[in-house]
Amino acid sequence: MSASDVTPPWGDARPPSMACDEAVHQLYDFLDGELTEDRRVKIAEHLDQCAPCGSAAHFEAELRHVIADRCRDRVPDSLIARVAAALDKEQVR
Amino acid sequence: MADQAQFQSLAMEYMDGLYTAARRMTRNQADAEDLVQETYLKAYRAFGSFEEGTNLRAWLYRILTNTYINTYRARQRRPIETDVEDIEDLYLYHRLADDTGTMSRSAEDEALSRITDVDLKEALESLPDVFRIAVLLADVEGFSYAEIAEITEVPKGTVMSRIHRGRKALEKALLPYARQRGLTEVSS
Repeated sequence: MSASDVTPPWGDARPPSMACDEAVHQLYDFLDGELTEDRRVKIAEHLDQCAPCGSAAHFEAELRHVIADRCRDRVPDSLIARVAAALDKEQVR
Repeated sequence: MADQAQFQSLAMEYMDGLYTAARRMTRNQADAEDLVQETYLKAYRAFGSFEEGTNLRAWLYRILTNTYINTYRARQRRPIETDVEDIEDLYLYHRLADDTGTMSRSAEDEALSRITDVDLKEALESLPDVFRIAVLLADVEGFSYAEIAEITEVPKGTVMSRIHRGRKALEKALLPYARQRGLTEVSS
């Protein structure tokens, strides 16, 4: 996908800028801490200065928390016991 | 070389996470339990080849993922899967934003609070395998791109592409849940 395909956070209401395109396109890598320091600083500056991009970034970050928090299961005690027993059995072989 | 006698004391603490991953991969409890047990047995048997001081957690997830793909995937019932093609950036944000194209913090909190644990699990489980596994490892288990590349045995560029596409597909799958009730609410 080329940078010009990226829809800016405010839809078509304002003309997109290159900086917005870039920020939106690299948002995942930015939030994941996977950008080089130069890129990270550049995107962070843009998100601070551009309210629509900043708002979109905030939403994506919050969504990430929701995904991390609401997708977990506790392992059943019976499975812990079953695995421990299977490993013990393996040890005495 | 790692000592097998140490295996239990080192590896058991990761079972909650591995079980969560197994549930999302297999999409059912019985298979998830079997998958976790098989993972621990395989890891125990191979523990001699585990290089001490390297990432034990990532190593366990690698065994889990491989075992799922090689043994469980083939016999999975496939639900209707979410399409991952051509989904725009900020999909959910755009759909939930108002006519000015932006979203207030209160509207954001409200939309996100509508998404329950059950909804989220269902949405994640609707993604096709490679995308589901990439998003699961990145966003639920918190692995880095490099670790996921190691766990899933694909190049880092492929991992990034799967995470990006998978997240957008997840956003698409979450839209009906984030909107629920909201559509019928009267604004005051």
